[in-house]
Amino acid sequence: MNQFSHLVYFIPLFPLIGFLINGLARNSLSKSATGLIGSGVILASFILSVLIFLEVKAPGFQPVIVNLFDFIRVIDFNISFAFRVDQLSTLWLLIVTGIGFLIHVYSTSYMHDEAAPHFARFFAYMNLFVFSMLLLVLGANYVIMFIGWEGVGLCSYLLIGYWFKNNDYNYAARKAFVMNRIGDVGFLLAVFWLIAKLGTVDYNEVFAKASTLSTFDVTAITMLLFVGAAGKSAQIPLYTWLPDAMAGPTPVSALIHAATMVTAGIYMIVRSNILYSLAPFTQAVVATIGLATALLAATIAIKQNDIKKVLAYSTVSQLGYMFLGLGVGAYTGAVFHVMTHAFFKALLFLGAGSVIHAIHNGQDIRNMGGLKKYMPITHITFLLACLAISGIPPLSGFFSKDEILAAAYEHNILYWIVGVLTAGLTAFYMFRLYATTFQGSFRGTPEQEHHLHESPSAITIPLIILAVLSVVGGFMGIPEVFAADSHWLEHFLRPLIAKAEPAHPLSHSTEYMLMGTSVAIAMIAILFAWTRYSKKPEMEEATGAGKVFANKWYIDELYNAVIANPIQKLGSFLNNIIEKSVIDGVVNGVGKGIQYAGRQVRLVQSGQVGNYILLMVLSMVLMILLIFYGHNLNPIINWISK
Amino acid sequence: MPIQYYITLAIILFCIGVVGVLTRRNAIIIFMCIELMLNAVNLLLVAFSKMINGFAYASDKASLAGMDGQLFVFFIMVVAAAEVSVGLAIIVMMYRNTHSVDINFLNRLKN
Amino acid sequence: MSIIQILFWFLSALALMGALMVVLSKNPVHSVLWLIVVFFAISGHYVLLNAQFLAIVNLIVYAGAIMVLFLFVIMLMNLNSETEPQKNNMLKIAGAISGGSLMLIMIDVVSSASDIAGKSALVKEGNIGLIKYLGKSLFNEYVIPFEISSILFLSAMVGAVVLGKKGEAKAV
Repeated sequence: MNQFSHLVYFIPLFPLIGFLINGLARNSLSKSATGLIGSGVILASFILSVLIFLEVKAPGFQPVIVNLFDFIRVIDFNISFAFRVDQLSTLWLLIVTGIGFLIHVYSTSYMHDEAAPHFARFFAYMNLFVFSMLLLVLGANYVIMFIGWEGVGLCSYLLIGYWFKNNDYNYAARKAFVMNRIGDVGFLLAVFWLIAKLGTVDYNEVFAKASTLSTFDVTAITMLLFVGAAGKSAQIPLYTWLPDAMAGPTPVSALIHAATMVTAGIYMIVRSNILYSLAPFTQAVVATIGLATALLAATIAIKQNDIKKVLAYSTVSQLGYMFLGLGVGAYTGAVFHVMTHAFFKALLFLGAGSVIHAIHNGQDIRNMGGLKKYMPITHITFLLACLAISGIPPLSGFFSKDEILAAAYEHNILYWIVGVLTAGLTAFYMFRLYATTFQGSFRGTPEQEHHLHESPSAITIPLIILAVLSVVGGFMGIPEVFAADSHWLEHFLRPLIAKAEPAHPLSHSTEYMLMGTSVAIAMIAILFAWTRYSKKPEMEEATGAGKVFANKWYIDELYNAVIANPIQKLGSFLNNIIEKSVIDGVVNGVGKGIQYAGRQVRLVQSGQVGNYILLMVLSMVLMILLIFYGHNLNPIINWISK
Repeated sequence: MPIQYYITLAIILFCIGVVGVLTRRNAIIIFMCIELMLNAVNLLLVAFSKMINGFAYASDKASLAGMDGQLFVFFIMVVAAAEVSVGLAIIVMMYRNTHSVDINFLNRLKN
Repeated sequence: MSIIQILFWFLSALALMGALMVVLSKNPVHSVLWLIVVFFAISGHYVLLNAQFLAIVNLIVYAGAIMVLFLFVIMLMNLNSETEPQKNNMLKIAGAISGGSLMLIMIDVVSSASDIAGKSALVKEGNIGLIKYLGKSLFNEYVIPFEISSILFLSAMVGAVVLGKKGEAKAV
């Protein structure tokens, strides 16, 4: 039994090997070899993940912990480098390796214009990213998770700044890194707190001892963990890096900023759901922040004209949804939404990449339009993804979003109202994007129009696979309303989730009403957007409230004014005043003083024997004084040493 | 005689030698001052040897205690004679090269 | 005041005056002559302490051999007060002050030392200064240092000759 689960360490090992080969031999490998290695190792991991998944799915499965070696050992405190295979980590394994594989295949075509060494560098980074993500997911304790956590942050930085000749991209990479780092501090503090209070970071032991923590401790730990999650999963106030992260190549956006890395925060909170269930205050904070992020990002997305920016804000908004789900205790719903979101958001990004590829790196949707007839496959898959994210039944987004909204309704009706409003906004901006891009007539240059073409099969096949998943992915979690006891995902995850029984279970009629309302609002928004933007896209600059949305609520400006500028001022003050006059002054002064002293003392070395003897005699006098009369100095020495 | 007198006398002689070394530039004078210091030490050694001898003399008139000090003085004289012969040779050579006995010309240590 | 005390004070005063004049004389020849006076005074002290052998050796070696050597060299170089190099006054004062403070401190230390308080040197009596006993000791216990000192003399002699010859070669 469980023979494959014990081989789990091969899953992160394959991408690591791929990273090493591609990274070290990047100057000698051909592009096709690079692509083959890069995708092949992920495929190998995926196959192993599927095999493990089949084992885990079997009834009576117990979590397997594979202990590789002791990572940190201090007397009786031990952190082992261990992997944990259970339902939750297996799900994430499938997402990361499965979607990761599709994106790697896609990248072999999308990145084909790069020079071979840079092509290999790209695949090396991607493999390293997958490795880190797998480490994050598989780690059997918070420290291993933190290693992966840092690793994905690093890879995100490297990949956003992949085109390092462009300074704007470098700034975006730096921003992502710094924002992540703020979150990481929270995570790290939480880990320290756990060690201080419980003396362990192993999941099993932490959760077993969780009830012994005081309310304050558990609230503080979960809040700090949430700070880490907010940094990685782009929640208020640390979300601004994610839209800027669109500077990276589109497959990167799809892999990191839609499907995998940003869900790390969700994973971590689901993993710690036992702790969160003990901290109602944190749950309320998580739900509120998630909801606020969802709404804020949705309003911003309405007025963005960059195809990837729209998707980026959409991602932030959907992540907000997931946090809402976490906050109201619908952990299964959140995981469900992570999965479906991974399908359709990866599809959207890859579709956007296909479009960008077709019109030669233009990203402004005002210069697109009418792509329907040039790119049929991209068009169809993109439409399906838009429908899925808008929550139209029976596509996947409907089921997952509905589960979260239902849980929110149980918890607090205000959550539900804002959630449905956001769902409407989501449908609206997605179809604004879709209509502007694919409907109407082409608005780019004739030269661009001449080059318009459907993308090669390496791009379209992943699109088709993801489209199929986006359509059928929802059937993993059919709510009780439609068929009793058919929520497969909930069964699957049950051993790990501390399921809180709802205070007042919803009646079926209420639930139908909720679904109907949200679907109706989404349909209205879709129709409105479709009719409005198909013929006459929004070309003029936004005004009024729209201007605020278009400028992202001026959040970046606010951060600059409140945080970045004062720090820079302080920095330049320290640089100009403290550094240049005080520290340099001291350093140079010491140097000058020693030089001066050297010049003066040099005169002592006159070579005149007489002077030497004079000094010798004076020294003898001093020595005799010290030896025979030194005790007279004792009071002074005592006074000084006191 | 109280040993203090001899010690004080020796110290004064020694320090006069030191002052001579410090204040004169003539190499020969400095050399002579060194001889003066050596003699001050010799005087002190003899005085101490007699002091030691004095302790034993009270009980045994033929005691030879403290004779080592006088032998030391003898050896110091031997060494001083050898030193003077070499030192004066050096001074003569220096005089031949520089036509002076001023030790300020002996500042080669500087380089 | 006994004759010994009178002699002691007289010889001490003579030695001190001689020493001072060695340092203060401008003419090197005078310095040499005053140094001979000092040596005579010290030999007088040796006699007073009944160290007859050392008194004689002191006269022969120092006042006789060494000082003659000095005098010979000075006269060879034709040094006199006109050619005498002078240090500047600052250095002279500094030297005098440091030497003087050394003297004061050492005297103060010695006079406050409890080990030697009230002890005195045996004068006029005692056997250890007699050549009979010194000779016995010198050729028994100290025979090896004595022989080694003869080697020292030999090497000093060779050294002096080599130095002299080298200078000659250079002068030519």
